[in-house]
Amino acid sequence: MSVQGTIDAEEAVTHIRSGDTIMVGGFGLVGAPLTLIDALAEYSDATDLTVVSNNIGEPGRGLGKLLRQGRIRRGISSFFTSNPEAVAAANAGEIEATLLPQGTFAEAIRAGGAGIGGFFTPVGAGTLLAEGKEEREINGVPHVLESPIRADVSLVYAARADELGNLWYRHTARNFNPMMATAATITIAEAGEIVPVGGLDPESIATPHLYVDHLVARA
Amino acid sequence: MSGADPKTLIAARTAQELRPGEVVNLGIGIPNLIPGHLGAGTEIFLHTENGLLGVGPRPSEGELDPDLVDAAKQPITALPGASYFDSAASFAMIRGGHVDVAVLGALQVSERGDIANWAMPGKDVLGVGGAMDLVVGAGRVIVTMTATTPSGGRKLIRECTFPLTAREAVDVVVTEQAVFRLRDGSFFLTELLDGATVEDVREVTEAQFDVQLDV
Repeated sequence: MSVQGTIDAEEAVTHIRSGDTIMVGGFGLVGAPLTLIDALAEYSDATDLTVVSNNIGEPGRGLGKLLRQGRIRRGISSFFTSNPEAVAAANAGEIEATLLPQGTFAEAIRAGGAGIGGFFTPVGAGTLLAEGKEEREINGVPHVLESPIRADVSLVYAARADELGNLWYRHTARNFNPMMATAATITIAEAGEIVPVGGLDPESIATPHLYVDHLVARA
Repeated sequence: MSGADPKTLIAARTAQELRPGEVVNLGIGIPNLIPGHLGAGTEIFLHTENGLLGVGPRPSEGELDPDLVDAAKQPITALPGASYFDSAASFAMIRGGHVDVAVLGALQVSERGDIANWAMPGKDVLGVGGAMDLVVGAGRVIVTMTATTPSGGRKLIRECTFPLTAREAVDVVVTEQAVFRLRDGSFFLTELLDGATVEDVREVTEAQFDVQLDV
């Protein structure tokens, strides 16, 4: 796909329905699509969400808003601990928490977007996080089978986009955004700046527009 | 014992473990003190798993950039020659053995080199971050830790009792008393620090180890 003009954040979040799995980019709040998350908190009543994101925001900020609204049923993350309210919600049984090593989390999303049915990694073998997973010795080293992760909708942030939806990331705000853009049925990109087609150096585009369905300007 | 700050002592000694040109990932806490102890000419390349090779010093107020943080989400700078990459690529570097050294703290290390550094038993086990990837993937794993907990609990022990980060992953342990190296699956005390004696070390170490002091 390519995008056709920009849409409002309010309209963008109508693509998210109750029971959906959503991916949300960002390492903490760095590189998180905060305009889209705020719109989801404010304009949408989609609930019972499974959220795939490295963290569940911070208390009352980013995904922490949705958590306070009780709209997250399950989180898949590498580090819930950065939001103590997410930890409390998991301990109280209010959300289901699935913890993955950060590299496994990233690779599972990459695999989800790349049509890979799973992968064996040595990371986590012999630990709590391998429980219930198939283990196999490869070249004498224990490995764990990990499944790909996909979502109904991905929300990503890029510092710059062109009007086709090509994305250019800045510094460490890139993080999980490029793989999340590939791994959902619908990808919505929030851009800090939107330039005309041809305004991005083709060599520096990290996410080609075929991954992006809708484009929203950061508020 | 000189009474030097144990964390400073550990960081200063660990800095000597790093060789010029190496790619190094530094964990939170004592490892973060290491750059201040690198000798002139010991240029290393710092990798942060959230997507940067070529981490520079902390920024001044005027240099703060909200898009530029380390794995602890603290502000950093990027040096000339730095590169940015996404998280999947960053962890491919780590698992693929392209990061030469990971230096990190630990709650417990077993005498076989098992490491527990992400969760306390009975507490929340909801934040692992990149700890497992780093200890499995990095070329050398150096653990920096004080010899005991503040209440005197042993950390270098026979078997880890806390949730494991990885099995048989540690290569070197540096405490304020000693340097231990794993050789053929067991630990050797290779250096005494700051006036400590072998007896001092044995007193606070539950793990079995042999003494093979470097000359």
